[in-house]
Amino acid sequence: MSVSVQDKLFLDRFKVDEVSHLRIIDNKKCIDECRDQACLYLCPANVYRVEKDCITVNYEGCLECGSCRIGCAKLNIEWRFPKGGYGVSHKFG
Amino acid sequence: MKEAFDVAIVGAGPAGISAAYILAAAGKKVIVLERGEHPGSKNVSGGVLYGHDLAQIIPDYLEKGCPVERNVVESRLWYLAKEGGFSVSYRDRAFDGERKYNAFTVSRAKFDCWYADQARRKGALIVPSTVVTDLIHNNAGAVTGVITQREDGEVRAKVTLLADGINSPLAARTGFRPEPKPEQVALAVKEIINLPTDVINERFGVSESEGVTTEILGQVTEGMDGVAFIYTNRSSLSLGIGANLLDFATYKRKPYELIENLKQHPMVAPLISGGKPMEYIAHWLAEGGYDAIPRLYGDGYLIAGDSAMLFNTLHREGNNLAMASGKMAAESILEAFKLRDFSRSGLRSYGDRLAKSFVMKDMKKYRRLSKFLYRNKEIFTKLPEVASFGAREIITVNGVSKKDKERLILDKIRTDISFPRLIRLMWQGWRATR
Repeated sequence: MSVSVQDKLFLDRFKVDEVSHLRIIDNKKCIDECRDQACLYLCPANVYRVEKDCITVNYEGCLECGSCRIGCAKLNIEWRFPKGGYGVSHKFG
Repeated sequence: MKEAFDVAIVGAGPAGISAAYILAAAGKKVIVLERGEHPGSKNVSGGVLYGHDLAQIIPDYLEKGCPVERNVVESRLWYLAKEGGFSVSYRDRAFDGERKYNAFTVSRAKFDCWYADQARRKGALIVPSTVVTDLIHNNAGAVTGVITQREDGEVRAKVTLLADGINSPLAARTGFRPEPKPEQVALAVKEIINLPTDVINERFGVSESEGVTTEILGQVTEGMDGVAFIYTNRSSLSLGIGANLLDFATYKRKPYELIENLKQHPMVAPLISGGKPMEYIAHWLAEGGYDAIPRLYGDGYLIAGDSAMLFNTLHREGNNLAMASGKMAAESILEAFKLRDFSRSGLRSYGDRLAKSFVMKDMKKYRRLSKFLYRNKEIFTKLPEVASFGAREIITVNGVSKKDKERLILDKIRTDISFPRLIRLMWQGWRATR
């Protein structure tokens, strides 16, 4: 069944910073060396997507769980918290 | 912010605020640094809180306006196959009487805000929108404060309490505890689904202030080691599902598809029917158990709550462990002040307090459980399927004799699981919770 994670993220409140708090350290590694590309599956906000020949980081919808950071088999993701007060802000929690 | 404090606390969650409340009430100069725009805005739990541990800190929390959604009077456990499942539930008048508020549901965005406000009233300084990026160490290596992202953002303190939760880039960076391995956390997603109050009352058979919790095990996690839940709030349901993070990677499952599929299950669908999703959030559960607990204190610092990996998987208890450990951390800090010793040895009573309390006793009791569940995936797949097959056959009236039905069921167990395997599973499961 196809589910749009975008529809879910539209429910949330985000204060988006201009700069990404997530960064793929070496995108070449993702394409050439990473067979599983777990980030494409385990991210609950579908932040990581394959476009042409690289993986893009759509940090705006990040739910800040940290899964990509430790789930990346190559530990190829630099992960910081968004600037104080930025990022997702739960209405109910 | 070049001010010096007695205690700096990282994170305004249940652990941090509990400690802040006690320390501020004892006259200590306390600062709590919170990265969200207000306390609670980043925090996630299933949404069940326990009155006992909150009352240890604020005995009159109800009079003080604690934002309770519903008092839990009934706990359900579901064991689900793909097309059906078992339900065991327990309801007791005691939970609406002398044991009222044993467990109750909350909105964390509201509760944490209220809780932080109580600490503020005692004199704690709560600073939101502030990320702690590093720790300050003196020449001897003791922690003497924190560095925040703000300009001039050094905060000096005699003691630092790290209560920044399970996902801690600060821990990863400073190494005060090791970064969890993927198999040591479960990733859970949760949706808040709005429904009119009276519809919830009717569907769950409760009055307006009463609530029901439902823990769900079985095929809903699609082969992965995990659990789902439905909790009743006043005019919404918390619907969530989580699974071991390594399983997500291995099985290539997507969390948002998992929760969508959960909604379609014949036992879940009627409960949420007509509901309007209002929020979608994600968080880790600390599933590493006793063996993943880091060193909990050192020169100038202590660790409490999720950050210390204090989480009881089986009984979905986390907030209470956070509050209890936050309280014990505060008590040990007060003792250190009396001794004027903020070194590891001055803070040692924290370890003793935890070891003597239910916190460590429970963590120890279930130390084998996470591995047991992770290694025995039949618990989530074949076992509920076979059990459902049996129930379906026994219940179906179709002219087949009961003896033949029994034979059919035993054959099914033999081919799908095998009896030695079933017995071993039960034995290991028993051992894992001893």
